Amino acid sequence: MNPEAKAFMIGVCREYGSDRTRLMDIVRRIQEQERHVSLEAMELIAEELGIESVEVRSLVSFYSFFSEKPQGKIVIRVCNDVVDLMQGGAEVSRAFEAALGILVGQTTADGKFTLEHTPCIGMCDQAPAILVNHVVCTRLSAAQVPRMVEILKRTGDPQALVTQYGGGNNEDERIRSMVQNSIRREGEVLLAPREAEAGLRQAVAMQPEDVVRSIKDAGLRGCGGAGFPTGMKWEFTRKAAGDRKFLICNADEGEPGTFKDRVLLTEKFDLLCEGMAVAGYAIGAQEGIIYLRGEYAYLQAFLESILARRRKEGLLGTEILGQKGFDFDIRIQMGGGAYICGEESALISSCEGLRGDPKTRPPFPAQKGYLGCPTSVNNVETLCTVACILERGADAYRALGTSQSAGTKLLSVSGDCEWPGIYEFPFGVSLHEILQECGATDAQAVLVGGPSGTFVDPAQFNRTICFSDLSTGGAVVVFGPHRNLLRIAGEYLDFFIEESCGYCTPCRAGTVLMKQRFEEVLAGRGNQSDLDYLVELGRTIKSTSRCGLGQTACNPVLTTIANFRPLYSALQKAPDDNHKASFDIYGALRDHEALAGRTSEIFPHTN
Amino acid sequence: MDKPKLATCSLAGCFGCHMSILDIDERILDLVDLVDFDKSPINDKKAFTDRCLVGLLEGGCSTEENVHVLESFRNSCDILISVGACAITGGIPAMRNNIPLTECLSEAYLDGPTVYNPGRVLPSDPEIPLCLNNVYPCHEVVKIDYFLPGCPPSADTIWEGLVALLSGKPLDLPYQLVKYD
Amino acid sequence: MSKDKITFTIDGCEVTAQPGQTVMQAADAANIRIPQLCYLEGLTPHGSCRVCIVKANGRLDTSCTLPAVEGMVVENNTEEINEYRRDLVDMLFVEGNHICPSCEKSGDCELQGVAYELGITAPKYPYQFPRRETDASHPDIFLDLNRCILCARCVQTSRDLDGKTVFEFVGRGPDKKLAIRPGARLADTELDITDQVVGSCPVGTILKKRVGFAVPVGERTYDKEPHPEQPVSE
Repeated sequence: MNPEAKAFMIGVCREYGSDRTRLMDIVRRIQEQERHVSLEAMELIAEELGIESVEVRSLVSFYSFFSEKPQGKIVIRVCNDVVDLMQGGAEVSRAFEAALGILVGQTTADGKFTLEHTPCIGMCDQAPAILVNHVVCTRLSAAQVPRMVEILKRTGDPQALVTQYGGGNNEDERIRSMVQNSIRREGEVLLAPREAEAGLRQAVAMQPEDVVRSIKDAGLRGCGGAGFPTGMKWEFTRKAAGDRKFLICNADEGEPGTFKDRVLLTEKFDLLCEGMAVAGYAIGAQEGIIYLRGEYAYLQAFLESILARRRKEGLLGTEILGQKGFDFDIRIQMGGGAYICGEESALISSCEGLRGDPKTRPPFPAQKGYLGCPTSVNNVETLCTVACILERGADAYRALGTSQSAGTKLLSVSGDCEWPGIYEFPFGVSLHEILQECGATDAQAVLVGGPSGTFVDPAQFNRTICFSDLSTGGAVVVFGPHRNLLRIAGEYLDFFIEESCGYCTPCRAGTVLMKQRFEEVLAGRGNQSDLDYLVELGRTIKSTSRCGLGQTACNPVLTTIANFRPLYSALQKAPDDNHKASFDIYGALRDHEALAGRTSEIFPHTN
Repeated sequence: MDKPKLATCSLAGCFGCHMSILDIDERILDLVDLVDFDKSPINDKKAFTDRCLVGLLEGGCSTEENVHVLESFRNSCDILISVGACAITGGIPAMRNNIPLTECLSEAYLDGPTVYNPGRVLPSDPEIPLCLNNVYPCHEVVKIDYFLPGCPPSADTIWEGLVALLSGKPLDLPYQLVKYD
Repeated sequence: MSKDKITFTIDGCEVTAQPGQTVMQAADAANIRIPQLCYLEGLTPHGSCRVCIVKANGRLDTSCTLPAVEGMVVENNTEEINEYRRDLVDMLFVEGNHICPSCEKSGDCELQGVAYELGITAPKYPYQFPRRETDASHPDIFLDLNRCILCARCVQTSRDLDGKTVFEFVGRGPDKKLAIRPGARLADTELDITDQVVGSCPVGTILKKRVGFAVPVGERTYDKEPHPEQPVSE
């Protein structure tokens, strides 16, 4: 290792106080500078932090944005989410392979480019999209690729690919992005006009416990997907023993098809900070963390600048709004490309400089969270809503939506529809209404809640978005009549296998078995007993997995079996009690036949 | 009334399970009272002559011939029992499964330390069955009704299993008789 | 408000627990067997194998991590739960290369023991036959990842009891695996034959050299009865 690199790495470690809990930040900085974290770098970091190098490797190998092998100066990550593939993502990948002369997963010999696939980057409304280092390029076509590569080769600067900005704050000089907000429906809460900081002013005029009560009275439930009552979470955290408490904002939206938090971060970041301050005040936390998914690094400088401005304005820091004893500040923790870190306890692990393994519960984060301190983890949308509720009062919020599901929900709509984008609807809206508004007239299926949710068939389009029917973090993906739904279900299952942390048996091993048999069925080598096998295996994985990822990983298969049975029936072999439909003698003989240069006489090929 | 028929075979196995059948010692006389042997290496009968009640399978499927024999057992027997680790999991022969077949055959016929094959010819006589890419346990190829684990299953395990089936009782082996080695 | 005793039921039997005890600890104290695998006394319960899963007040959870609560109704030895357990144990078998006849841990292997206990005679799922590494470099200890079930006992024991952190997990999902210092062989680590970690492995992944097959078949840990009081010898 050259002396400069060594000095740089030691400098980075010391900048973070050689604090083991800041390993994510240390590794991220070294990755960006050195383009990889070598074995030597691991040894060096370990020595500086007083840990073993295998612990550094444990973290590096967990996050997809970190690499043990040298990557190119420019890393092109082509999003291979289902929606991107539906809109030409695969052609874009191939065009990059051709233009760069490498395959996905490889680095050019000159060390300039690495080409990779990456799961959903939160741009389904403008797919296909890619990340070039931190720069997002959207609505791509294969035809654009040669010119893009040419620009990158000439300038070495990913920002040179951005010639037009996407509107709103995407034009801000600290973002300068072609990403568009695609706000299609401004509802009555989050996207409605409001008076800045009114919620925070209202909060500090109240006792913290009254703020908590207000949120409870409003009936607000977590908007990230799990739907846990926010006020209750706050009350647990507020009442938990401990002087040091944390508020963490979960800005790691990774559910394929979700992009609502991207828009809130871009356009409503002051609202989010306001809501976080309210939350900090309510639960008695002085420290806030925004866990920002690595894919949204293009927003980081902008967000930091707003945090700095708010500190100057007395809206963050000590004695907020002049209120004695109300101290609260926020730091941004960057993620490293791991879907599982959207799970609140995995997110805490990641903030602590660990692998993104979910933690054992109990204790719950409200009792023992970040660094063992009481912690409330709330979604971006939830925290934005908090500020709005304080501004207008719990009753006004409760009056919206349904009796069981109060307020409004941001939906990220994408797929086969005319107007993909962000829609703010009151809870209780039906799929029919959503489809009509987004311009989808002939949907074969709607995926509600992303792949961890439900594939809904047209006969059920009268179902509604609410906690008692279709409960969702907000991803709505529309599939037109020409889509191969089962292949899509298989791609989503691959996503979960790829993103499983591997901690517990069913999610790590069971999902692989699920995919294996599912492929047999798709290839026409399955009968009723194989479908039964999938359903039973799915039930075991769902029931015994340790966290939400495993508990929902089989939903793409299970909900298509439940709601789209004819698609499976069309592929099924006739029942045969004696032979296993999935055993493929011709496939099993292929290798030796090729090697021996003859075909089997016992099992002659019929065609 | 005719006695029920019993058939046995060794697919990709070592005949250890058949040895274990013989290990039932003098109880083999009782067995002869209970069943007639049809196709089996024990009486050296090469082909099925009758429909059988029970077929005992030793070994998994490593070659096309194994699959062929297994299918003939499925077609000729009412009840199939996988006997021993190889029939049930693929066993020792399945240790080749994480090595591609090409590598296995190269090691065996071309590049192994004790191989003398100057022409570098892989044997490929049609008389020699083609290998499958993997060794498969029997129940991944055909339906198997019962399993007697062990390497080999003890004579007691085989005896208990057979007697239960022939007397129409449920096959419920005591803890001490269920072993994987 | 904390009482000095908690009363709850497991399969209808009344059980008492000390505050802070888990359902598994209370069950162990009451001589009620809950099948278990990754759990090892003295370590923080890992809850990863999921075999000790029970239904508490209608909700499935691992008994090794679940605190006993007054009045809790726990279902343990039911067909539904045992079927889940068999599925989980089966997944662990097929995920690795568990060729019992060729393994010197056979008979003393806890994975095997729990499979015997649950009455598994054949795998439900297809063996995956992954290609995994072995390391025989250490003079006294053999490492065979073919049999690793990722229970984390060695990771925790080496870190928390031996104070060495010889082992950690790398990778994620199906690619998660046990690892030692990058670039090193087992012989290059601080691992010593006297370390507690050597006895922590439930399967045949961490093996002492030169002691295999010492106990005759029929007299090994799991030959005669399930979960004998005496834990696995090494």
